Amino acid sequence: MANMLGTELCLGLPGGGGGNEVDSSPRTTGKRGFSDTVDLKLNLRAKETDMDLNKNLDNGSEEKPVSAKDPAKPPAKAQMVGWPPVRSYRKNFMANKSTGEESEKASSVAFVKVSMDGAPYLRKVDLKMYKSYQELSDALAKMFSSFTMSNYGSQGMIDFMNESKLMDLLNSSDYVPSYEDKDGDWMLVGDVPWQMFVDSCKRLRIMKGLEAIGLAPRAMEKCKSRA
Amino acid sequence: MSEDDERQQCPPSDLEFVSNKARNCNATGSGSGHPELQSVYLDQVLENVLENVLHFLTSKRDRNAASLVCKSWYRVEALTRSELFIGNCYAVSPARATARFARVRALHLKGKPRFADFNLMPPDWGAHFNPWALAMAKAYPWLEKVNLKRMSVTDDDLATLAELFLGFKELVLVCCDGFGTSGLAIFVNKCRQLKVLDLIESEVSDDESDWISCFPEGESHLESLIFDCVECHINFEALERLVARSPLLKKLRLNRYVSIGQLYHLMIRAPQLTHLGTGSFSPSEIAGQGDQEPDYVNAFAACKSLVCLSGFREIIPDYLPAIYIVCANLTSLNFSYANITAEQLKPIISKCHKLQVFWVLDSICDEGLQAVAATCKELRELRVFPVDAREDSDGPVSEVGLQAISEGCRKLQSILYFCQRMTNTAVIAMSKNCPDLVVFRLCIMGRHRADHVTGEPMDDGFGAIVMNCKKLTRLAVSGLLTDKAFDYIGRHGKLVRTLSVAFSGDSDMALKYVLEGCPQLQKLEIRDSPFGDAALRSGLHHYYSMRFLWMSSCRLTRHGCQEIARAMPRLVVEVIRSADEEEMDDAVEILYMYRSLVGPRTDTPKFVTIL
Repeated sequence: MANMLGTELCLGLPGGGGGNEVDSSPRTTGKRGFSDTVDLKLNLRAKETDMDLNKNLDNGSEEKPVSAKDPAKPPAKAQMVGWPPVRSYRKNFMANKSTGEESEKASSVAFVKVSMDGAPYLRKVDLKMYKSYQELSDALAKMFSSFTMSNYGSQGMIDFMNESKLMDLLNSSDYVPSYEDKDGDWMLVGDVPWQMFVDSCKRLRIMKGLEAIGLAPRAMEKCKSRA
Repeated sequence: MSEDDERQQCPPSDLEFVSNKARNCNATGSGSGHPELQSVYLDQVLENVLENVLHFLTSKRDRNAASLVCKSWYRVEALTRSELFIGNCYAVSPARATARFARVRALHLKGKPRFADFNLMPPDWGAHFNPWALAMAKAYPWLEKVNLKRMSVTDDDLATLAELFLGFKELVLVCCDGFGTSGLAIFVNKCRQLKVLDLIESEVSDDESDWISCFPEGESHLESLIFDCVECHINFEALERLVARSPLLKKLRLNRYVSIGQLYHLMIRAPQLTHLGTGSFSPSEIAGQGDQEPDYVNAFAACKSLVCLSGFREIIPDYLPAIYIVCANLTSLNFSYANITAEQLKPIISKCHKLQVFWVLDSICDEGLQAVAATCKELRELRVFPVDAREDSDGPVSEVGLQAISEGCRKLQSILYFCQRMTNTAVIAMSKNCPDLVVFRLCIMGRHRADHVTGEPMDDGFGAIVMNCKKLTRLAVSGLLTDKAFDYIGRHGKLVRTLSVAFSGDSDMALKYVLEGCPQLQKLEIRDSPFGDAALRSGLHHYYSMRFLWMSSCRLTRHGCQEIARAMPRLVVEVIRSADEEEMDDAVEILYMYRSLVGPRTDTPKFVTIL
């Protein structure tokens, strides 16, 4: 659940905050020379010579709405992280009132719901947090302690071509993860390369292996048609 | 085991006390029986008496003092302490706490430092409630109340509280995170004696679980249900049924997904409410145009005990007149999510003669504050939040508003004021007009901003505050400040316990003045100020008396912090980086250090190094 905090942090210029957009982590500005902050009238651009220029380019859009409002004013200063000291909830609340519903930046998070048959809680995971099926499996194991995913092949994918291997897998494990893909079909997790999975997975359901057998033929069919 | 235990200068060694046995032996003299046995018997009697007496001691400071008298008093105090307050969850371990105190009914724990609220620290820093929950489950099966602030609480923890503590009654979570509505669902379902569920400014993830429906059927014991921070839709019909079967409900604070029409239905079922959070205070979108509007005035009129009003999360000011009728009795009004003008405020505030606590947005401008000053003579606490929390936004409130408040609200004790412009004159006026000030937090949003009339630093204003407000314990400074301001604080701020500093000061001297001058200083949080290792060293005599020191984006180096760590073994010195940064150079981005009885914690994330 702590992952949810990721949506709260703001993109901004180095040391920037203040907007609604999703960020990876707060950028504090310890490395900047302290004397730079003294003269308020300095144009922001001039101050940034010793900052990370990449971040500048990424986040330049943060400034535009402000200067567009009042072209007579000099361009807005970089919004510092955590300044003024107003809690994010309040900052976002006030900002949302003017801009409408907060929209998640699709590219940086991929939250999907995870349910496990028999478990009382529903969870959400951000698939972008993981780089492989193994990492996802470890995370799910932590969340649902009675769930242990069986080992996947070297690439982390199930070999759907081999029917007997598949049947072994489904018979041997108590629980197997399945997912709903973009087409609305329920598939067994592990049928496609990891990145493709992240892009097409809409939600996850951890089901009993025996139930998942019903999915297997469809999974194999889809696999064959792709091959 | 609270922080106040460690008010003496040296760290508490593992408690060696003079036994009072010798004293007892002398007292009995040459009486009958073996002197050893007799003294043991007398010890027992004394302890029983003491136990009965100490039951009446509630203040934690008094209890800490009592526990230091002698071993006997220490033991008895530990047996009779029922409310355990721990100001820093890492200052002591669950094991130590449960070993010392045997019969705890209420636990109050605080976790992350306050600056974590402003995204200055990467998430997942720590302050997990889990080890505490598990330890409490074993040691205190009769635990009834838990109050957590800035802790990470999981759904499993909520389940633990509900399932393993049969008499659990009160849960208060302030600024917490890590759990969701599914955890709430289990909690409310299993916790059959629940009286209080207060979720305040916490982050609750939307697991799409209908937790309101999970309260068990039948009459409920609920006295307080606060969920205004929960950003999820709720099942209104279930809520209405719940309120209808909660005859003891006094406090109800709804979230913004409750429309004003729905609010009406709840209010007529619960006229006994004393604290009400109104939810959105606007109609839902699906309400038909021709629908008969309920009689909101009537609903408010029925709530004769209402003293505290908040909410107004998506306010349509046209509905405000409905609350006129309760204004005369209100002691607390929170408009801090209501973007209203001075004109919209005036008809309400002019009726609030008894108001003591007022939270509002700066949208009311100086004119609105003047209206507050004209009527609210009993005002004790004022908080003015910015609609537009950016450095260079327009500032609708200024020194004019502050001056007006100081002249009208002489009993003011606590103020939090966000503004873009300020003058020393107004701050000095407040220091003289409001001698009862205990908390003074002024946030001039533009960094390094001087007195906008004279162009001078704000030193004299804050100086006057520490000089004239003799009861001041909490201070937050801002604006252009030189070392002189800190000299004043060190000289006059003798009762100051909490100090927040940002973008202030010229040199190490500033921090030295404070560390050397303020004996009561407990919590010091500093950001973006030019203080270095030399300044840090000047506090060595004092750090064991403090709860914590936070310094971010200052001029500290790793070897400077290491020196402190070496000199003070009972201090935990954490160096915190931004999550994605590699350990590169000697500069310290964030220093967070605190005294601890149990040494470095074992749950540090990758971006934290303990020196």
